[in-house]
Amino acid sequence: MTDAAAPTVASGIDTPEHSLWSDVWYQFRHHRGAMAGVVIFALIVLLVIAGPWIWNTDPTYIDVKARNAWPSFAHPMGTDNIGRDIFAQVIQGGRVSLLVGFTAMLISLLVGTLVGVLAGYYRRLDGILMRVTDLFLALPLLPLLLVVIMLFRDTLRAAFGPETGIFLLIVFIIGITSWMNTARIVRGDVLGIKEREFVVAAKSVGTPSRRIILRHILPNVLSPIMVSATLGIANAIITESALSFLGLGFPSDFPTWGRLLFDGANFMTLTPARVIWPGLAISMTVLSINFIGDGLRDALDPRIRGR
Amino acid sequence: MFDDPAREPLLRVEGLKMHFPIYRGVFRRRAGEVRAVDDLSFEITAGETLGLVGESGCGKSTTGRAILRLYEPTAGSIRLEGREIATLEGGALRAIRPEMQMIFQDPQASLNPRMTVGSIIAEPLDEHGRLSRSARRARVMALMDAVGLNRSFVNRYPHEFSGGQRQRIGIARALALNPKFIVCDEPIAALDVSIQAQVVNLLEDLQDRLGLTYLFISHDLSMVRHIADRVAVMYLGRLAEIGPTQALFARPLHPYTEALISAVPSPDPDAEAGRKRIILKGDVPSPAKPPAGCVFHTRCPKVFDRCRKEVPQLLDKGDGRRVACHLHDDSVVHVREDVAEPGAAI
Repeated sequence: MTDAAAPTVASGIDTPEHSLWSDVWYQFRHHRGAMAGVVIFALIVLLVIAGPWIWNTDPTYIDVKARNAWPSFAHPMGTDNIGRDIFAQVIQGGRVSLLVGFTAMLISLLVGTLVGVLAGYYRRLDGILMRVTDLFLALPLLPLLLVVIMLFRDTLRAAFGPETGIFLLIVFIIGITSWMNTARIVRGDVLGIKEREFVVAAKSVGTPSRRIILRHILPNVLSPIMVSATLGIANAIITESALSFLGLGFPSDFPTWGRLLFDGANFMTLTPARVIWPGLAISMTVLSINFIGDGLRDALDPRIRGR
Repeated sequence: MFDDPAREPLLRVEGLKMHFPIYRGVFRRRAGEVRAVDDLSFEITAGETLGLVGESGCGKSTTGRAILRLYEPTAGSIRLEGREIATLEGGALRAIRPEMQMIFQDPQASLNPRMTVGSIIAEPLDEHGRLSRSARRARVMALMDAVGLNRSFVNRYPHEFSGGQRQRIGIARALALNPKFIVCDEPIAALDVSIQAQVVNLLEDLQDRLGLTYLFISHDLSMVRHIADRVAVMYLGRLAEIGPTQALFARPLHPYTEALISAVPSPDPDAEAGRKRIILKGDVPSPAKPPAGCVFHTRCPKVFDRCRKEVPQLLDKGDGRRVACHLHDDSVVHVREDVAEPGAAI
């Protein structure tokens, strides 16, 4: 899906053959909301990645004289109660939050789609996979997290270093505890679609199961997957902050958007910028991803496409 | 297997059974089976059209799908050009698939809404054989020409077409691999009457040009009368009667065929005024619990004692006609009349 693959407007009888993905890309580019979402999301990502070069204040540097400062040229978003620069912290926190949100969403999406498609398509696997899904749904999340973190935190820290270790742990935990809804929705849709006649037609042609799934089933269940993906990112960012708030996530001097929000909540009346900026960052990310997902869903449905 | 290819029909079905198990209760125990198709035998010679008729739920579509091995037949033999295909598995089955294709009833449901017409028609080509991009494209264009679709529609999506055009897409897909045998599963049932004729003419035209053999499943008797060379009548998973179209419509042998044909309206007002309908009483019995003896005896207007006890076998009545009915069992005619008298008196 590169620019070069986008169809050129050619007329005449011998129009070049379009594929699903080139049409999707073409339509996606013409979806205003989606393009706005892409621009905003790209800006956030760019700022978070290139931020430390633009704004080279150390987010952990404590400037006690400037604590609880309101926004100024020295501190564009003000400072917190021990004088750390909020702007630098938002940039630093964004790296972690976005990474956690994205990776956790990918894990949960991958597991959820895989389980859903397998359970829906192969009758033999349905019973066992759906019981496993029910099992995961029935697990009490917080006690599980406590146990897992207590058990594995130190070994992971020793193996990958404190930050990478805890990152892997958090991403894994969030991913592994949030795939069940996707799996159930996908299974339901697959059950319906695999009985449709175009799947029977593909079987009568001799298309093997894996290609039936990839070519006929997955494109038709992408809408619910897209929706759970966009919701999943927001969920992952917020779960991560909840974990950090409970002292189970990243260390307290390691800023993430969720952590900044929770820390700032106590000082809301004194320095409102402390909650406004991280909150805005989370909302803008979630909103832009929602728009992108919306555009993708529309682009993937030929009946909506072109309106 | 290939002892006499000249006399071997293109398709020979013998004793085909398709039973679907019913599971009940907490332990999913096998509680019985739906006998969708029960002991069906017929053959289709190359280049002919066999019409398969019967009311809904009698196993017409199941027969078509079992022949194409979309289901695993419970028992029986299906021979395509003398080759047994009922037991083929995996790669061997996949290799034979290009020989036989299917046209579906609902053109809306049989086309993937997310694929362009070009990629729908090209799917069979992608699955079998390696064509270069340009050869594949040329083949798709040729197929679209063959079924009367404008070439510029290649990048459109199924929802942009009318029912008749969608059915043409389905036909083009079925033709992509140059099949010898096509199962038409009620291809016109979902279309407007004005479009039905177009699609049927297209099917006939393609048959003439490409030498296709059709199994034409339908409940539209007038259409079957028009398109089919021979007609097979099914009732509750069994074959009631099979024979050449003209003879069968002119003089139906089986009481069920008679009742079916009496329901066809005639375009001639005089004939229509004189038409006597035979109205069958009661409902079709459940294929999960078919009646003993002849499956039709619960509704047959000419039922007698033997029908309730003995399953009628297909009897050869000459001229390619066969019927499964005790009425036509000449060898025991006197027995029938003896038994039938007291029944009639009551």
